[in-house]
Amino acid sequence: MESWKFKLKSGQLRKLIVYSLFFGVIAIVINACQSASEIEMAKYISNGKDIYQSRCQNCHGQNGEGLGELAPPLTDTVFLEVNKQKLACYIKNGANEPMQINGKTYHEKMPSFKDLHDIDIAQVMVYITNSFGNKQGMYTYEQVANDLKNCK
Amino acid sequence: MKRFIIYSAVGCFLTFGAACTQEKKLPIYGDREAKISKDASGKETIDTIYKTIPDFKFLNQDSVEVTQNAFKDKVYVADFFFTSCSTICPIMHRNMKTIFDKFKDNKDVMFLSHTIDFKYDKPSVLKKYANKLGADVPQWQFLYGNKEEVYKLAEKDYLVAVQEDSAATDGYVHQGWLVLIDKHKRIRGAYDGTKTEEVEKLKKDMDVLLAEKD
Repeated sequence: MESWKFKLKSGQLRKLIVYSLFFGVIAIVINACQSASEIEMAKYISNGKDIYQSRCQNCHGQNGEGLGELAPPLTDTVFLEVNKQKLACYIKNGANEPMQINGKTYHEKMPSFKDLHDIDIAQVMVYITNSFGNKQGMYTYEQVANDLKNCK
Repeated sequence: MKRFIIYSAVGCFLTFGAACTQEKKLPIYGDREAKISKDASGKETIDTIYKTIPDFKFLNQDSVEVTQNAFKDKVYVADFFFTSCSTICPIMHRNMKTIFDKFKDNKDVMFLSHTIDFKYDKPSVLKKYANKLGADVPQWQFLYGNKEEVYKLAEKDYLVAVQEDSAATDGYVHQGWLVLIDKHKRIRGAYDGTKTEEVEKLKKDMDVLLAEKD
C-alpha cells in the first residue's frame, strides 16, 4: 500500500520535473535573448558616448543642455521622437533649417560630420535618445542607412 | 642650549605664521624692463616697467568704436574666437559665460572677445551671436577689427596664437586662452578656456586680483 502511494507520487514528481525543466529552458532562452539585445544596446550607448564627447559635446553640452540660442538642447524628447528619421541626416549632412525645440526656435547652422559611418551615427543617436532624460530604446545602423537614403 | 631650542622654535612658528597670513598675489606676466631715473639730488630710483596691453580701437557689437578707455580701471578677461567656429569656441564661451554669470553685477569686471574672422564677423554678426549667447550687454564687448591689428594684438600683446588656415575645419586656428588683465593693463594669468578646472581657477584668481590693493 505504502509503495503504491509512493509510485503515484514519484510519477507526479517526474511530471513536475519534466515540466519545470521545459519551462525553465524556455525562460532561460528568452532571458538570454533579452540580455543579448540589452548588451548590444549597452555597447551602442557606450560607444555613442565617446563619439558624443568628442564631436557633439562642444556645442550641445555635457548634459545635452545646449548653448544659449546658439545650439539647441537635446532634452526635447518629443522633438527627438518625431524627427527620429531625420536625425541621421542632421548629423551626417549638418542642418540649416529652423527647428522648434522646447518651444523655442533655433536657427543656427549645425556642421556636418561626413566622416561618421552609419554605425557611429546609430551609436551616437542611441546614446542621445537614451540620455538627458530621454528613454527611447534601440536604433540600429540598418535603420540609419535607410534614413540616410531619404535625406533632403 | 634648551633656551636656544625654544627660541628657534618660536622663531620658526613666527616665520611660518607670517608666511601663512601673507596675502596671495598673482604673478605679472610678460617682458619687463628697469627704468632708472635720477631725481634733483642725483639719487637713482629704479622702476620696473611691466608689459601692458597697448591702446586699440575697434568696433563692438553695436558698431560703436571702442578703445582701451572702456576697460580703464577694470579687471577683464579677454579671448580670441570667431562666430562660425565649431571646434573650441563653443566650449570656451560656455565656460566664459559661467565666469560672466559669476561677475555679472561686479562693476570692476569686464569681458572682451576679439573675433579673428575679419571677413565674416562684422558687428551685426557679433551682435546676433552675443544675443544668442545671452551676453549682449556692455559688460561683455565683442570687438571686430582688421586682420593686422587684431592678429598683432593677439600674438604680440595677449600672447595668444591665432592664424588663418584654409586647411583647418573652419578656416582659422587659434588657441583657447582666457587671458586675465588687471587694472593696470598687465597680464596676470592665462587659462585654458576649454578646461573646466582651469576656468574654476580663473574665477578664484579673479577674486584674488579684485582684492589686490593696487
